[in-house]
Amino acid sequence: MNDDVPVSSRRQLRHTAVAVLGAVSLLALAACGSADPTPTATSSPAAFKPVAQQQGSEITVWADAARVPGVQAYQKTHPDVKIKIVTYSGDANGANDLQTKVQLFDWAGSGWPDVAFSANVNDASWASQGKTPYAAPVNQGVVSQSTLKGFADGALGPCTFNGDTYCLRNDLAQNVLWYNKKLMDEFGYSVPTTWEEYQALGEKVAKEHPGYLIGTAGDAWSPEVYFWASQCPAGTATGDKKVKVDLQDSKCTRMAKLLDSLIAKGSVSKDTVFSAGFIKNKASRVLMLPGPSWYGQVLFNSTFKIPKGQMAAASPLKFEGDAKNYTGNVGGGLWFVSSHSKNLKAASDLVTWMTTSNAYQATAGTYPAYKKAAVAWLAGQKKTGYFAEDVGPVFQEAAELIWPGWSATQYSQEAIYSSTVIPALNSGKTLTDTLGTWQTAITDKAKSLGYTVN
Amino acid sequence: MTTHLATERSGRRGRSARNPVGRAGYVFVSGYVLLLLAFGVLPTGYAVWLALSNSRNQLVGIGNFTRTFTDYRFGPAFLHIGLYLLVWLASLMILVVLLALMLHGRMRRASTSLRFLFYLPGALAGVASVLLWLILLDPAASPVGWLLKSFGWNTLAQVNAPGHLPVLFTVIAFWTGAGGWIVVMYGALNSIPDEILEAARIDGASTLQIALRIQIPMITKWIAYMLILAFAAGTQLFVEPQLVSLASWGMIPDSWSPNQLSYQYAFQAGDFNGAAALSVDLLILGLACAALVVFRTGLFDRDER
Repeated sequence: MNDDVPVSSRRQLRHTAVAVLGAVSLLALAACGSADPTPTATSSPAAFKPVAQQQGSEITVWADAARVPGVQAYQKTHPDVKIKIVTYSGDANGANDLQTKVQLFDWAGSGWPDVAFSANVNDASWASQGKTPYAAPVNQGVVSQSTLKGFADGALGPCTFNGDTYCLRNDLAQNVLWYNKKLMDEFGYSVPTTWEEYQALGEKVAKEHPGYLIGTAGDAWSPEVYFWASQCPAGTATGDKKVKVDLQDSKCTRMAKLLDSLIAKGSVSKDTVFSAGFIKNKASRVLMLPGPSWYGQVLFNSTFKIPKGQMAAASPLKFEGDAKNYTGNVGGGLWFVSSHSKNLKAASDLVTWMTTSNAYQATAGTYPAYKKAAVAWLAGQKKTGYFAEDVGPVFQEAAELIWPGWSATQYSQEAIYSSTVIPALNSGKTLTDTLGTWQTAITDKAKSLGYTVN
Repeated sequence: MTTHLATERSGRRGRSARNPVGRAGYVFVSGYVLLLLAFGVLPTGYAVWLALSNSRNQLVGIGNFTRTFTDYRFGPAFLHIGLYLLVWLASLMILVVLLALMLHGRMRRASTSLRFLFYLPGALAGVASVLLWLILLDPAASPVGWLLKSFGWNTLAQVNAPGHLPVLFTVIAFWTGAGGWIVVMYGALNSIPDEILEAARIDGASTLQIALRIQIPMITKWIAYMLILAFAAGTQLFVEPQLVSLASWGMIPDSWSPNQLSYQYAFQAGDFNGAAALSVDLLILGLACAALVVFRTGLFDRDER
């Protein structure tokens, strides 16, 4: 190597380098604290203490594109409230923008939006945690008790931690059994009421009408459709930051076996309903599809373009040995009021209006979590005349049947299923084979976020 | 390499040291130095500090490093990135040099338009090009769906199988990034004096011999430079796995690459110190590779060997 730098400055450079390295290694050796990340704050903070309020101050609202027109409608009817609207992803499709930004605001000590909408039903699990949780406990004098009581049973479950309610639910995504009435009549099949009948019908379809489908196992939300309904303890909160994960439980294995047999026969697809291939080749061959209430308009009408008067919904299925039928839930948006807000009154009023008023909820795209708004919403659905039968009674029934043992967690069950189980299914493994790997993936992820798993 | 260039440069340097007018140079670099300090040096220093401390601002030594090292995702993430780098660096070196040589030698007439073509994808913003690939990789939507199907891949899930990922990301990265390097290598080949090539040809050297014995040895430094930058960029892989994961409804683990793992630490667990430790790991890796390449190839040597 040639010394084009003069010797003296080379020496200087070396000295500086040694000095920097020395300083860094000294810092590295001078350990006096524990490397544990923030010790899990006692997440039941005492009574909620709002920050100093400024009456009439501007509130910042973060919402996704679908919700922004609602906020604008509120602004129109309440011209005296100063609102700054920010459109963001709304945490749809597994994004975590709200959490990312709130972490940065926590770090910086300012900047939190007064009101935030999130399409991720798990978001309250982190928003209710920490030294000063982002979400205000709305049951502590922020939103009236009578409003809170007006939500469907269990609708506020994903918002409730340690007895406090940290958000209001925008919509429910209760699962029902969707079916194509026209095709079912044509084939001469009757709609099943139990999972056993569902399996038998699936085997019959595979034989008599190969290519037709009665379900899909390749969606990220498949665990919430099938395993939640089967009451599988894939993530049951047993206490503060404690979850039970047991996929070898018979309530999980029974569903895995059922799906495995139908996947092998070909009447349950390994694809996801939103993939371009599925929409192109399989959409018109969907005979039945267990799935959330929003499938009706979003999937069958807008995406699959199934004509009017064909699709209908039936009650969630039940296992023959069980006393009653349960169902799961795929998403369902949340509204947060920031605990840092300087105008809690305006923030809570907006959130209450967005979740409960017929003016907005009755025409929303999704099933309202607030009971009175749901009635108005269902009337509106009937008027569209899209469904072959009135879906109202089934939706209302299913809204109250959500199994409470599947808890909202800081990690996404959907992300774990799609990165662990779906690739395995596509490499030819069965669900039953994969339960072990799946269990490890959930356990590892939960532990990495400070959960105790038992 | 080019004696006259080197002497000219050192001559200029000598002049500026004596001549006060040369101080204008400091003005010219000041803008860069300022930005480098604000967006390069300071954040790096802050990251080192975060990596050595905890959220209560106490020093913890290498605690954050051992803690992240024992994380169950640490090994797989670095294994993934290692495999990816292997495929990516090998294909980059071989294909870029090969294409540049071909452009320079055989296709001089078409070379301008070809160079433009190679460079074009790189001119698009990185994220936009990855988005384009999201469509190309779905057999049902892709214009080259028949090619994917001929491999036996009929769904996006089959294309995205975990074993395919290093190659898949290489294809995307090559397409978005290699064009710029082809142009750089072409420029490097142009700096080889024609007399040398002519002399070789008169001595009866074949095209292959000229390439192997003259051209490639004379552009080693450029190749080394490319290697350093590509290695650093490769270890920081983030956009490709993140976007492909989003497009496939999460079929790629959210901590596939070390940079994604660091992101998970910071923004899912709120653990900025662990995230900083991971990025310092990457910094050390990048520096070590750069040092190795610089010293082995004599990248910063100025005189003729």
